[in-house]
Amino acid sequence: MTEFHLSMPLKKEELEQLSTGDVVYLTGTVLTARDEAHARILELAGKGEELPFDLEGAAIYHCGPLMRQKDDRWEVVAAGPTTSARMSKMTPRLLDKYNVTALIGKGGMDNVAGSLKGKCVYLAFTGGCAALAAENIREVETVHWPDLGMPEAVWVLRVENFGPLIVGIDAKGNDLFAKIEERARKVFSGLR
Amino acid sequence: MAADISYDTVVNSVVEILKKAQTGLPQDVTDALKRAASQESSDIAREQIGAILKNIDIASRKQVPVCQDTGILIFFVEIGREVKLDFDLEAAIIEGAQIATKTIPLRPNAVDPLTRHNTGTNTGNGIPDIKYEFVEGNMIRITAAPKGAGSENMSAIRMFNPTEADRIREFVLETILKAGGKPCPPIIVGIGIGGSFDKAARLSKLALLEDTDKMDDFEKSLLEDINALGIGPMGLGGDTTALAVHIKKACCHTASLPVAVNIQCWANRHASVTLGGGE
Repeated sequence: MTEFHLSMPLKKEELEQLSTGDVVYLTGTVLTARDEAHARILELAGKGEELPFDLEGAAIYHCGPLMRQKDDRWEVVAAGPTTSARMSKMTPRLLDKYNVTALIGKGGMDNVAGSLKGKCVYLAFTGGCAALAAENIREVETVHWPDLGMPEAVWVLRVENFGPLIVGIDAKGNDLFAKIEERARKVFSGLR
Repeated sequence: MAADISYDTVVNSVVEILKKAQTGLPQDVTDALKRAASQESSDIAREQIGAILKNIDIASRKQVPVCQDTGILIFFVEIGREVKLDFDLEAAIIEGAQIATKTIPLRPNAVDPLTRHNTGTNTGNGIPDIKYEFVEGNMIRITAAPKGAGSENMSAIRMFNPTEADRIREFVLETILKAGGKPCPPIIVGIGIGGSFDKAARLSKLALLEDTDKMDDFEKSLLEDINALGIGPMGLGGDTTALAVHIKKACCHTASLPVAVNIQCWANRHASVTLGGGE
């Protein structure tokens, strides 16, 4: 369990030194995207159209935040991670098109370790810890696709020392969630 | 009779219990989390529960929701048989939910199931989900139990044959194994056995409102098996996959055995208010 304090975008050598179980605190820009935003990104990519935001080297946060508008500015009320596995089927296609270097979410993802290999890490933030997350979000830079509704829109957030994030899937292809699940499956076979 | 219950007291009380439920956790849940943290053998698991406890403190200090998924709004309403009301109780609860959505604030989560259009108010067709029950007395008791989707989506129901009661344990374990880290463990497991297809589900949800610490021997042995799976907080491994297991039963048809497992994340949010009671 080594602790790292890293800035976005993650460099290749930083990606390589992270192993599952390590703790990361992240500083820089992250973009929220969940189900509907993923679908729209893939739809636009399929048509060869440009996105209104830049995913080069980006961190995608699986999060549907609770925001409050004060005058003409948005502020974060609560912004913990959502269940990443809902995006499992769309993520490999997204990583195929765009050079995303970090995915942040909770609960792990199904069969994405292969797509992450050599280019991206999956970082797990503690589910439900929305007030803790909000403390480390310094600013809401902008919002894209507000028509998708508050939880599904793409929020561009500037974070500082955001964490603790546990490396759930590293860029070497190791998946901590899959390992824990495999062990649980064995215990289950013995108990049934 | 029950003259002290008015439309406005119901509206205000609903806002109040939603605020209480969303910004803090019942003491028994927080205590169970603290106990789990002190007993955990995994470093990562201790770190996860530590983050949860820190989060609960921040939410309560800042009076903001503990989780950004402020859930779909569910109310359990117990109505005393002697109570006579001259106003629309349901309209008052709905109005309370709408005001709370703006003032706490709550994330607007209610959408049309097919078009996915967000109503923006956490109210709409069939929502909030309000369950009524008649009880003795001249009081109304309203419990707000907002339920997030992460844990709700991992819940399951199965219609067993009447002779398959010995498979209930396996079904519960299988449901939790499949859920893994998705429902935000440490979880609380509500189990409804009997009734009908829908009654079993309602019982499993009601079971989540029970005191975390009070478990009978069967519930305790299920909890032991669940924790032996080693899924741990957030699916990252550890001794604490669940904090509690609660079972509620009802009689059912002789040919049937419905079993529902409702999974609740560590944020087992709920708060109640009792109105009336005066002469």
